[in-house]
Order: sequence, then structure tokens, then C-alpha cells
Amino acid sequence: MATIDYSTTFLFGRLNLSAIPQEPIVWATFAVVAVIGIAVLAALTRYRLWGYLWHEWFTSVDHKKIGIMYMVLALIMLLRGFADAVMMRLQSVLAFGGSEGYLNAHHYDQIFTAHGVIMIFFVAMPFVTGLMNYLVPLQIGARDVSFPFLNNFSFWMTVGGAVIVMASLFIGEFAQTGWLAFPPLSGIGYSPWVGVDYYIWGLQVAGVGTTLSGINLLVTIIKMRAPGMTYMRLPVFTWTALCTNVLIVASFPVLTVTLVLLTLDRYLGTSFFTNDLGGNSMLYINLIWIWGHPEVYILILPLFGVFSEVTATFSGKRLFGYTSMVYATVCITVLSYLVWLHHFFTMGSGASVNAFFGITTMIISVPTGAKLFNWLFTMYRGRIRFELPMMWTVAFMLTFTVGGMTGVLLAVPPADFVLHNSLFLVAHFHNVIIGGVLFGLFAAINYWWPKAFGFKLDVFWGKVSFWLWVVGFWFAFMPLYILGLMGVTRRLRVFDDPDLWIWFALSGLGVLMVAGGIGAMLVQFGVSIWKREELTDHSGDPWDGRTLEWATSSPPPAYNFAFTPVVHGLDAWTDMKRDGQTRPRAPHLPIHMPKNTGTGVILSALATICGFALVWYIWWLAALSFLGIIVVAIAHSFNYDRDYHIPVDEVDRTEAARDRQLAATKA
Amino acid sequence: MTTMTTAQDPIQHWDTEPHHHAEGASTNIGFWIYLMSDCLMFAVLFAVFGVLGQSFAAGPGPKALFDLELVALNTAFLLLSSITFGFAMLAMFAGNKRGTLGWLAVTLLFGLAFLMVEIYEFYHLIHLGAGPQRSAFLSSFFALVGTHGLHVGFGSIWLVTLMVQISRKGLIPANMRRMTCLSMFWHFLDVIWIGVFTFVYLLGMI
Amino acid sequence: MQTLKRIAWVAPLLSLAACKAEVLAPTGDIAAQQRDMLVWATALMLIIIIPVMAMIVWFAFRYRASNRRAAYAPDWSHSTKLELVIWAIPLLIIVSLGALTWVGTHHLDPYRPIQRLSEGQALGDETPLVVQVVALDWKWLFIYPEEGVATVNDLVVPVDRPVEFRLTSSSVMNAFYIPSMAGMIYSMPGMETKLHGVFNTPGSYQGMSSHYSGAGFSGMRFKAHAVAAADYDQWVTETRAAGGQLGRAEYLELEKPSENVPPRTFAEVDGQLFARVVNMCVEDGKICMAEMMEIDRNGGTDLAGTMNVHALTYDREARRGAREPALGWAPFFVSGFCTPEDELLMLSTRKTASAQRDPAPLRGHALPMPGQSRSTASLPLLSLMPGRDAGKL
Repeated sequence: MATIDYSTTFLFGRLNLSAIPQEPIVWATFAVVAVIGIAVLAALTRYRLWGYLWHEWFTSVDHKKIGIMYMVLALIMLLRGFADAVMMRLQSVLAFGGSEGYLNAHHYDQIFTAHGVIMIFFVAMPFVTGLMNYLVPLQIGARDVSFPFLNNFSFWMTVGGAVIVMASLFIGEFAQTGWLAFPPLSGIGYSPWVGVDYYIWGLQVAGVGTTLSGINLLVTIIKMRAPGMTYMRLPVFTWTALCTNVLIVASFPVLTVTLVLLTLDRYLGTSFFTNDLGGNSMLYINLIWIWGHPEVYILILPLFGVFSEVTATFSGKRLFGYTSMVYATVCITVLSYLVWLHHFFTMGSGASVNAFFGITTMIISVPTGAKLFNWLFTMYRGRIRFELPMMWTVAFMLTFTVGGMTGVLLAVPPADFVLHNSLFLVAHFHNVIIGGVLFGLFAAINYWWPKAFGFKLDVFWGKVSFWLWVVGFWFAFMPLYILGLMGVTRRLRVFDDPDLWIWFALSGLGVLMVAGGIGAMLVQFGVSIWKREELTDHSGDPWDGRTLEWATSSPPPAYNFAFTPVVHGLDAWTDMKRDGQTRPRAPHLPIHMPKNTGTGVILSALATICGFALVWYIWWLAALSFLGIIVVAIAHSFNYDRDYHIPVDEVDRTEAARDRQLAATKA
Repeated sequence: MTTMTTAQDPIQHWDTEPHHHAEGASTNIGFWIYLMSDCLMFAVLFAVFGVLGQSFAAGPGPKALFDLELVALNTAFLLLSSITFGFAMLAMFAGNKRGTLGWLAVTLLFGLAFLMVEIYEFYHLIHLGAGPQRSAFLSSFFALVGTHGLHVGFGSIWLVTLMVQISRKGLIPANMRRMTCLSMFWHFLDVIWIGVFTFVYLLGMI
Repeated sequence: MQTLKRIAWVAPLLSLAACKAEVLAPTGDIAAQQRDMLVWATALMLIIIIPVMAMIVWFAFRYRASNRRAAYAPDWSHSTKLELVIWAIPLLIIVSLGALTWVGTHHLDPYRPIQRLSEGQALGDETPLVVQVVALDWKWLFIYPEEGVATVNDLVVPVDRPVEFRLTSSSVMNAFYIPSMAGMIYSMPGMETKLHGVFNTPGSYQGMSSHYSGAGFSGMRFKAHAVAAADYDQWVTETRAAGGQLGRAEYLELEKPSENVPPRTFAEVDGQLFARVVNMCVEDGKICMAEMMEIDRNGGTDLAGTMNVHALTYDREARRGAREPALGWAPFFVSGFCTPEDELLMLSTRKTASAQRDPAPLRGHALPMPGQSRSTASLPLLSLMPGRDAGKL
């Protein structure tokens, strides 16, 4: 690492030439990113797509388009986060026998921090939020979310956070603290340069988006359900989305405040988490995990919903034990606030406290276990079609069971004293996050893709991707479990015991297979788009689905449903099909819809600039952009003309096209 | 779970009647949920103050620093502003635009007075050498009280904006919705302040 | 089903790894008991995990769509009896595991002194060996207060004698971990944590920091040598003869960041050094935490307390390139009120910052004697929060 020039200037703050990373790897990455970026920009210009993107996507307030944009963001960030994973595994294969490997500490420590931050905040979160955004209004028979503009704004704030984190790759550095930035290490004393500031502002900007989107979806589920859809008739996915958004609203403010206090320590020299002057770093660790544990359930709960939907659909059966499924979800939601201390049994809290939190943690496994049994008995006496979503679900059930078991092990404090901070722990949470969240997302993508785009995904490449992912996952993480039991701890950069090498090599092999899995998935998307004609589904209901999203066309029209569905039971669409419902023939009415707006893009661009300026101490720019945010927000509030009506003849045309589509399917 | 099946009537699966969704029907509950999340932020700040509020780092404690009479005056300003906001709401429901604007102006004055006193208090403390850097107690004090003050500041900006909007567009439904939201916000800040006054100032002076 | 096969394939490898698996085959009694908890918990869970995984595979196979002979009940979605079973069985397992956890957690609390040397081997009458451990940037300092010697990155302890570790850190959090001996515990600046352990077999074992602490973290490794009692005495004699002194000045020098530090020893150690490290007052003139907390317990100072700060010319943070906060003041420290004699008395009577329930006499400017004015501590809610007790807020 070259010496950092800490001097500041008025115009550029502490941004100067020493901000160019001194790593050839980063230069090469920059070159590749620049080439791809220029190519994409050129293509957009060449094919005159800027206007289309701006009017149809970026400024769109349609929850479906925003949902898809969230998924695209997550997919791009997945590639970055995964590249970090590959680099770490490569380092751990090379850094043996006195070799330092190919990464120095400054670089390696950034990589594992960025990997964690990106995978949680900018891969898993946007995937989950995007999925909820797309599905919840469709499942409850609504035309959009409660606050469509806010939805667009939330998305762009998430993008803003991602941009700030990505900027750290090429300008300056990222945090070298681990993904939760524990003080005092993350304080100004031990992390004096911009890394932690990038972390803070990236998460704060994205956090605003997450909180607002949580409020939005929560209100949507409370207020916009179709007539007849009582809470006990909500589709299970929507139930899990409801609980997830309650968790978001009730936990992200804790993260926000905790990071604000860390910011004050770093910028103002206050003493919240410092060693001196009465600060208390344990306070930070408690606060961050009071957010952090519910966050885990924010990620996994919606996927529990996905597995419920997929299992019921592909078993051709009603979901077994809907009521207990709902109560299990609610139990998990509440209990997730009572377990945070299990992340630091080793801090010396005393036996009674540790035992209490250990036992509450175990109790969570009861409703989770009940869910697993419910899926199991949904399969029982079903007619299981092993399409891709169902394959992912079975892989999840087997994988997650192991991850759950190791999780309960870690909840036993005496066992945690030997396994905490070890690679066993690393293997455990990858076991639940990949085996639970990612497998769930892949099930969801394969399941709802035809709904979003009107054609199914290619099965062959889907299966290639599935097997590479599942086998690769076990290869990558089983060795880590074993290494953990050999007393190997996490975040180490170099190793001296040559006997460990074989396990790291096996794990590296697994990572390569996962890389193949990701590649195959991208090929799957490409091939499916290429062959979309033969994969087309006109019915809008390719899997014999059970919930309302399958009652409309694929992709659904901007207004989702020309007439509001009326719900008489769980699995509303199954009921409709059983009763042989016909599409209503009443005269169409003009449909009241929100207007697109660019305000969200502008506001989040200003917020991103403000965050960047604060990272580099460019005070004038920070003040100016913050003022800009306020002015734009006020100006936006003077715009009262925010909606329009889709004229009747347009609705007529759309619905007539749908009739022709359905007729073609029957014939 | 249960499927309603009646033998006679075919079940109606679509609602084809023309009816209009009340615009902005979700705004109040949405804003309420936002306030709850804001409340949680204050809860964390209170908790932080609870943990660090006794860590004076061998520096001055509350008794040496707080001027209870000044804070009592400030509390009075804020409580009165809540009452006058209530009058503004009453005027709004009565359809009295001028009355609404008048009471909002009074509310704004009280809010600004509150802010002035708070800024003076902060200035005074920093001038004494008891700034937020001196000890964890002072850090958490400034964070909690300052966050509340920032909220009042943004509330005031919002209040001015809304006054302009009402004077331009009148008491249209959109503006009335905004009034309701701001009213919730303003009373919420009042409630938080009562907590601050009790836990930070009163208990600190015992 | 494929997954099951893969797990089966891994099993022999696992046993192959077991010869190196220090967590599964430790030599210290505490670590062995922790391993036993691990095994018991696993066994308890396997009671349910194995049938569930078998059922997943069996149901998936049996009710595949192409198997038309299997029963099909599309509307069967509820069975109270089954629901009871699927909630009750996990609950029963968790109840038994919970009981095991409650007992085991108290039994194996790292703060609890050792009750036996190993299974079937009762404690002798010797006192535990106290080792004071300081996590420095990026090496370990071990102080043997009874022997008056110290080592860096090298721990020597006798076998079959309980060891009481007292841990702290000079700058950031670390975790002290010898997998073969006992579990890990955090070491944190300005706080003291404890760990009790014992070695039952002579040998050299790996020790490390298991909590990431910055650039030199990977090199925070040391060897823990468990030796026979006679060899230990001999080692102490040799170390005393080898020379080297560790006083406050030498400590401040040693504390500066360095990586991959080879082991070294000190023949003579300042008896108050560890207490000063915990109280963060190794530097001259800086107030000790114990004194600061005593003043705080009495409601802080009056306004004079804003004058008692000095610019921080010496700062360990500066070694990692620290700058003063962009918008804040220059770093400062609070100077002590005590006379050096009082300070010495305070540090020797009160060993740790976390054991301060019993205030010793203090003399300072404008301060009442302790115990005379404790009114602020009478706030029930706030007095629940002791300042610097590690692990508790």
C-alpha cells in the first residue's frame, strides 16, 4: 500500500492522487469494467435506447418494472460479490508454506469486508425486495403498491448505495473491518482513511430506500388487498412478505442510528464507541446485532414463502397446514428480536445471559422445523412435477436442514466457545444463506419468470446451473465445516499448517463449480430470450398455479387486473379455475394510475453525490447536494398532478388481445 | 381455508362495479408507520443515553451543566406549539383557510423559539468546554437532543412549505392530508420531547 | 437423494480429518467437555434430522408425478394430529437440548474456576496459575504476575494445573483462542475478561487471535507449550536469567504495531503494568479508568472538569495513521486527579476495572469521599448499567 496523502483542499477535500489504488488487480478490473461500460453505453446510444430506458424503466412507478430492476441490480452485484469470493478462495489456496499469497493485507481485508457487505445489502436484499415488489400487489389483486413514487425512489436509493460502495473499488479504498465494522477498529483512530466512510454512506443511502420500501409494502398489504382477502386468506408468500416488512420497519432504524453514531465518532470526535472518554464499543456490537439478527429473517422469510408456493403448486395440492405456517412465520418474526446476543457469547456476558439467548435461539428452530414438516406433508400424497423450481426446493430442504442443525449447534454456548469465529461458522451461515436464500431465489426466478416475461426459462441450462450450484455449494462449504472443526478461524490471510491445504483446495474447486453455475444461469437467461418464441406461454398460468398472479396475462398489463378479483378462500385462482370462472364481460372503465416521474432518480443521484462528498470531506459539494435534495423534495411536493386515467379504448384493446391469446391457447 | 360455496348463486369472482378508490387512503397509516420507525430511532438514542448517560469521563455531569428553568421554558414553547397546531387543525376542519394559516404561523413561531433556545443551550455548553466530544454522556446527550431538534427544524421547513401550498391551492383534500400528517409529526415530536425532558433533564437533576 | 450420497461420501473424509481436528480431539479438559456438548447436541438433533432428510427423499421419490400408483389427495391440507406431532417433536428435542444448554453453559462458563483437572482427576491444592494476557497490535503479551516474568507470542504453562487467564487488549478487540485447551473469549481494550483452562497432556499447541483486528491479524499466532511442572519451574528460572525488562516505557514501545513477531521473553515486569493496561493509564498523566469511574459514580465533576483535559501528544491511534476528526477537536485526554501514591494504592487494591463494587478511598479536587454522596447511583434504571463490566452494557 502506497502512503496515503491525508492533506485536504477546499475543492477536492481529501481526494487526491493517492486515492488511485496501487493494485494491478484493481487496474485490470477497472479496464474491464470501463470497456464493458463503454460498450453498453455505446450500444444504448447506437440503438437509441436512452429514451426508452428513461421513460419506460428508470422513471417508471410500476411495481413490476421496479421489481425487475431490483433483480437486475442484485444480479450485477452478485457478480461483484462472487468475484470477491473467488479471490478469497484463491488467496487461501496460494498462501501456504511461507507464501504470502497474491493479496496483501490491505487488499485482502477489503475483499472479505466488501464480499459480506455486497452479498447481504446489495445482492440478497435487492433480490428479496424486488421479488416482494413484483409479487405482492399481484398476489393480493392490487394495481400497484400504496405509494408508487416512493417505490421508485426507494429503488434508486438502493442503487445509490450500491454506486457508493462500487466507487470505493476504484477511488480510495473500502472498509477493512469485516462486514459489521465493529469499533474501535472502525473508529477514526484505527481506520483513518475513507474505507469505513464508504461503508457508512453506502449503507445509509441504501438504508433509506430499504426502510421506505418496507413501509410501502407493509401499507400495501394492509390496505390494498382484494375484497374478501382476509388475513387468513393471504397467499403464504404475501404473509411472509408482511412479516418481512414488519421486520424491516422495526429493525432498519436501529441500523441507521447505530451508523449515525459511528459517523459522529468518526467525523465529530464524539465518544459513543471509543475506548477513551467513557465510550463503549460493546454497545455498538449489541445495537448492530439487534438489527442484524432480524435482518437474517428479513432475508429468509420471503423465501420460505416462495418454497410454500412452489411446493403447493408442483405437488398439485393445497399447502399442508396453512394456519400453522402463518403462526410459525409470526413466531419467527417475534422471536428474531430475542436472540441477538448469540452472535457474541464469547464477549463474557455470564452464563445465565448466554444460556437464555442460546435457548431462545433454539426455540426459533421449532417453528422453522414445523415449516419444513409442512412442506414435507404438502409433498405427501401429491403429484410432484420436478420442474426447475421444485428441484431447487428439494435441494433447499436437504441443504437447509443441515444448515439449521449446525445453527442450533452454534446456539449452544459451550459449543460456540470452540466454534465461534471459525470456518465452521462461516460454513453455517453460507449454508443457510446460499441453501436458503439463494436457492429460494433461483426457485422464484424459474417459477415467476414466465409471469414477468411471457416465456419459460430453458430447462437444459437450468438443470446444468442447478447441478453445478448444488454440488459446487457442498464442495465449497463442507471443507469449511471440517476446517472449523480443526480449529481454523475466519478472515485469516495466510496459513502455515500444510495439512490444511487440501481442504482449501477442495473448497476452491467448489467455488469454481459455483462459478460454472452462475455462468450457466446467465447462459440460461440468454438462451431463453433467444428461443423465446418456442418457450412462449400464452395462458398466463404455465404451472397450474394457485394464487392470483396467475389469473392475469403474462406479462401482466400495466394495471394488472382490468377488474378487481373477489376472493372467497385461500388459493383464489384455484377456486376460480375449479368454478370455471370466465373473464368478466362488463364494459371496461378508465383505470386510474400513477404517473411516471424522474424525481426519484434525481433525488437519489443527489443523495449519492452527497454521500460521496461526505466520504471525501468535500464539504461544499455535500452542503450543495443536501440543499439540492431539500429543494427538489419541496418542488416535488408542489406537483399535485401525479396520476392519470388509462382510457377505456386502451383497456379494451389490451383485453381483446388477451382474449385472442387465450383463444389461441385453447385451440 | 374455508371455501364459501352456496348452491344457488354462482360465486362472483370479479368485481365489475364501477367504484372509485379513495385517493390517498393509505397515506395516514403509511405516515403512522413511518412515525413508528422514527420512534424506534429515538428509542435507540434513549437506550444509548441510558447506557452512556453516566459516563462523564471525569467531566461535568448534568447538575453542573443543565439550566432547568431554561429547559422548562423551552418545553412550554413546544407544548404550546402543539396546542396551536391543534387549533390550526380545527380551523382546517371548519374550512377556515385564513384561520388555518394564522394558527400555523403561530405554531411556527413557537417552533422557532424552541429551536433558538436549544441552539443557545448547545452554544453555551460548547462554549463552556462541554461539547459532544468531552464525554460519552455529552455525546449521547447531544445526539438525542440534537436529533429531536433536527426533527423540529425539518418540521418547520415542512410547515412553511405547507403554508405556501395552502395559501396557493386552498384546503383541497391533498393539502388536508398533508396537514394531518404534519400534525401527527408535530405531536409526535412533542411526545418525544416529554420523554427527553423527563429522562434527560429532570432525572439528571435529581 | 444425490445430496445424501454426497454427505455419505464426505463422512470418511471427516474421520480422516479427525486426527487433526483439535476441536473434536482436544487435550484440555475444558475443551473436551465443550466437545462433548457438541457431540451430544448433534446426536440429539440427528434424532430428528435423519428421519426428516430420509422423508424428504422418500416423499420426493414416491410422489413423483410419473408414479401413478401413489395416492393423490389434492385437497388434503390439514390434520390436527399431525400438526401436534410436527410441533411437539421439535419442541421436545429443544426442551431437552435447552436443559442440556442451561446446565452446560453454567458448568462451562469461562469465568468459572476449574472444578477438576480432568475426568476422574480431582483438583490438587495448588492455586491456579494466573496469566495476564494483553492483545497488542499484532502480537500477544503474556505476563506471569506470580513469577514476575513475561513473554511475547509464546505461552508456557504446566500441565495438570488450572490456568486462569485475565485478558485485555491495548487497542482493538481480539479473541484469545487455544482450540486444544478451552474455548475462546474476547479481549477488549479498557476491559478485563477471564478464561479458565487446563492442559492434561504435554505438548505444543496452536494459539491465535480469532477475532479480526486489522492488517497484522493473520500473524497473531503463538505456540502454547504445556510442560511438566518441573520443566515449567526450570523455564521460569531460565527466563529470569535471560534478562530483559518490561516497564511502562518498554511496554509503550512494545505496543507499537508490528507483524509476525518472533517470541521473546522478559525477566522482570512492572507489577502494576497489567492493571495500568486495563485501566488505560500506562502513559504518564492520563487518568486511570478506575479513578474516572469512581468520579463518574459520584455524578461527575463540576465545570472544572472541562478544564482538566490536555492535548494528546502520545496516541497509539496515531500509529495506524490516525488524524483528528474532520469536524471535531484535536484528540485530548483527561488527566488524573489522584496523587501517584493514591493511584498506586488504587491499582493494587483493585485489580481490575470490572471488579469495582468496593470503592477504596480516593482523594481528588472538590470530590466528596466515596460513599458520602451516591445519590445518582440510586436511579434504578441507570444504575443497572455498570460502566465497564466486559460483556454487560
